[in-house]
Amino acid sequence: MTLNRHGFGSASCDRPASAEDLSRRGFLRAGAAASGALLLSLSLPFASRNGEAAKVETFVPNAFIRIGGDGEVVLTMPYVEMGQGTYTSIPMLIAEELEVDLKQVRLEHAPPNEKLYVNPLLGVQATGNSNAIRGAWQPLRQAGATARSMLVSAAAKRWKVDPSSCRAQSGEVLHVSTGRSIRYGELAADAAGMPVPENVTLKRPDEFKLIGTAAKRLDTPAKINGTALYGIDVRPPGVKIATLAQSPVFGGRVKSVDDAAAKAVKGVRQIVRLDDAVAVVADHMGAAKKGLAALKIEWDDGPHAKLITEEIGRELENATLKSGAVAQTIGDVDKAMASAVAKVEATYQVPFLAHATMEPMNCTVHVRKDGCEVWVGSQALARAQAVAAKTAGLPPDKVVVHNHLIGGGFGRRLEVDGIIRAVEIAKQVDAPVKVVWTREEDIQHDMYRPYWFDRISAGLDENGKPIAWSHRFAGSSVIARWLPPAFKNGLDPDSTEGAIDLVYDLPNFRVEYVRVEPPGIPTAFWRSVGPSHNVFVTESFVDEMAAAAKQDAVAYRRALLDKSPRAKAVLDLAAEKAGWGQPLPKGSGRGVSLQFAFGNYLAQIAEVEVSKDGEVRLRRVVCAVDCGTVVNPDTVQAQIQSGIIFGATAALYGEITLKDGRVEQSNFDTYRVLRMNEAPAIEAYIVKSSEPPGGMGETGTSAIVPAVANAIFAATAKRLRKMPIDTTALKQRV
Amino acid sequence: MAFQLTVNGDRHSIDVDGDTPLLWVLRDVLGMTGTKFGCGMALCGACTVHIDGVATRSCITSIDSVGNAAVTTIEAIGKTPSGQKIQNAWLDREVPQCGYCQSGQIMSASALLATNPHPSDADIDDAMSGNICRCGTYIRIREAIKQAAQSGG
Repeated sequence: MTLNRHGFGSASCDRPASAEDLSRRGFLRAGAAASGALLLSLSLPFASRNGEAAKVETFVPNAFIRIGGDGEVVLTMPYVEMGQGTYTSIPMLIAEELEVDLKQVRLEHAPPNEKLYVNPLLGVQATGNSNAIRGAWQPLRQAGATARSMLVSAAAKRWKVDPSSCRAQSGEVLHVSTGRSIRYGELAADAAGMPVPENVTLKRPDEFKLIGTAAKRLDTPAKINGTALYGIDVRPPGVKIATLAQSPVFGGRVKSVDDAAAKAVKGVRQIVRLDDAVAVVADHMGAAKKGLAALKIEWDDGPHAKLITEEIGRELENATLKSGAVAQTIGDVDKAMASAVAKVEATYQVPFLAHATMEPMNCTVHVRKDGCEVWVGSQALARAQAVAAKTAGLPPDKVVVHNHLIGGGFGRRLEVDGIIRAVEIAKQVDAPVKVVWTREEDIQHDMYRPYWFDRISAGLDENGKPIAWSHRFAGSSVIARWLPPAFKNGLDPDSTEGAIDLVYDLPNFRVEYVRVEPPGIPTAFWRSVGPSHNVFVTESFVDEMAAAAKQDAVAYRRALLDKSPRAKAVLDLAAEKAGWGQPLPKGSGRGVSLQFAFGNYLAQIAEVEVSKDGEVRLRRVVCAVDCGTVVNPDTVQAQIQSGIIFGATAALYGEITLKDGRVEQSNFDTYRVLRMNEAPAIEAYIVKSSEPPGGMGETGTSAIVPAVANAIFAATAKRLRKMPIDTTALKQRV
Repeated sequence: MAFQLTVNGDRHSIDVDGDTPLLWVLRDVLGMTGTKFGCGMALCGACTVHIDGVATRSCITSIDSVGNAAVTTIEAIGKTPSGQKIQNAWLDREVPQCGYCQSGQIMSASALLATNPHPSDADIDDAMSGNICRCGTYIRIREAIKQAAQSGG
């Protein structure tokens, strides 16, 4: 999903962009703001393939740092907090170079403005693909250092001393020899008039005081006492609560509605009928739900009335029989395959998946004649404003969007379908209306992680070593819909991430992608995006190659890693910590996975136990990661745990299926998720590194799925090529 | 008819249908939004409150079944000894991520600790497996409960 495939911290990113590069390219301006504050405007640049900042032709700032007369540092930036800790880790970057306490940095939500708050790696105002830290790492430290330098110059000028005799510390400038000091707040106005330094020196890693420490998260206190406000918690004066039923078949329409019984429910105020949905507006959600249950709706199911998942699977399978767009090709695969001593072939499938964020979909809207107000938790704020304006029939500047904390994003809140729905309903209601989806509606009208079908083959030489690799897969391109310019020549950078640029030495290598959009079911990004599918396939298949070569799964991988020392290091570390090779009880097994994704090298070893009934218990996961420089080690640990649980849920239980065009799952009974009593022990080991940081929000998710499948193979000799795990296929395998 | 309801020590008169779930009375009628909606079927635990000290899913608890019982929510759980210990441990262990389910997690955990000051792993599984966390904070929740249990009392 990154426009460049790697972003910062990629395999080919051996040299971080230097401070000088960035300064010369003019990504930063400084000046005075009203009330004598020092204001720095930043243009967070696009990262190019080798990790350097791309040349900025015109100065368009998308982040702002303001140091006021009271010394408070206010950062306005485009990323949103979804639980990934970005509201803590991003301020750490500025505080480090500016020499202020983390508590002195205050974050403001960026208002919706696509031009100002473009995400440097996504190209739109959005938070996703684990790239906040990757995008902000260099420029925000640079901005902090620039502000520090200007504050020091201002103090030196006032004292008439050489700036090199002064030092910044703890929010003030100190004249070392005399011990005099002036607080930043008193210097801000003067500093705004100082020239912006051409070059500033960033701290060496050994000089970091804050980066690399487990700084406390700034958002935690409000999240333990009920005061944190999510989108679903807003209550503008006079707000009504609505809930809705959308056509159970995607593309269907409302034929007729009998709302007499619903209107008789105490607290129900209004029934809103749309083309393909009906909403009940009430004083409270209890009445709205009761009213909804009392509605008699007749649907015209439309063209997808008979759609079943198997049909989609067959269509994708057929699509992989024809050649696709070539995503990467190395050497001569056909020739190498013909000379192979042995050939390994397999097909894999992964299902549609729902996001099932804990906070169900919701959006509050007040449409007036001359304007519209929207309250929502969104990962893509400017897009939210644009669609609200379009749906309301208003110019965007008449639409105010209030962003709120997000009760789980995972890609769901990069989509704006819920905002469009809420505005459609609000247009017919003469008050602010909070549209809250039931859990059933949330799961049955999600936009889903695509179903993928993969066909893959390898040719092995006499030693079992791969000399040819051919991988072709078919499925939906989310990018083609979400960010059309990024879909080029039949390819997009998300669908192929994790399938190409593998860490292994594969001399003859070809990957092809066939875009097939399934009928009657919308698709969207889902935590760990392209790698959520590709890493399952490639890492299961490498395991199959090792088995065909009758070699140990870790040793087999290791022999292919001479060109990837960082990958080899995490594999070795995980194997050592997991006790790889040590005996386990009957019915248990260990499985390994190794990946490069989101700027990280990550190895996982999963330990499973399979019962006679085929039930799989994930006991323990050992993870080793090289994510470059660690900004907040506690957040890295938390995200590894989180990613693993999320991915393990998908591997063990996750599946959305269609029957008669309807999603068959509806709540946490039929869309099961991992619970406390099923959670594995997780050990995460972080390799010390001074490379630029990778993003940690998703990487654990993609890696766990093949690790579990490979562990099941080790325990039962049964290779599972279709997710989720089919427990009936495992019965009596032990 | 109006129902009399005691929440966090305050009396309220509520005029809704008797089968209205307590969850919506708290959130939409009284404006106490700390208690969260997750599933509506007692499958996820996000809506957990205490009724006379017992962890209860408010999404399936009708208002007419509450009677004179004392309802305690996340907004006031910090005033109870076990609630305070749990909240402190949650802060110290940095448990929340998105945070949405944590009101319910804290309510379940504080009810556990109030009746069982030194829960075993199996006790924690029993008390907490009804609370789903999509951010996967289970490991820290377990650690935090153990830490709270060791913090005296």
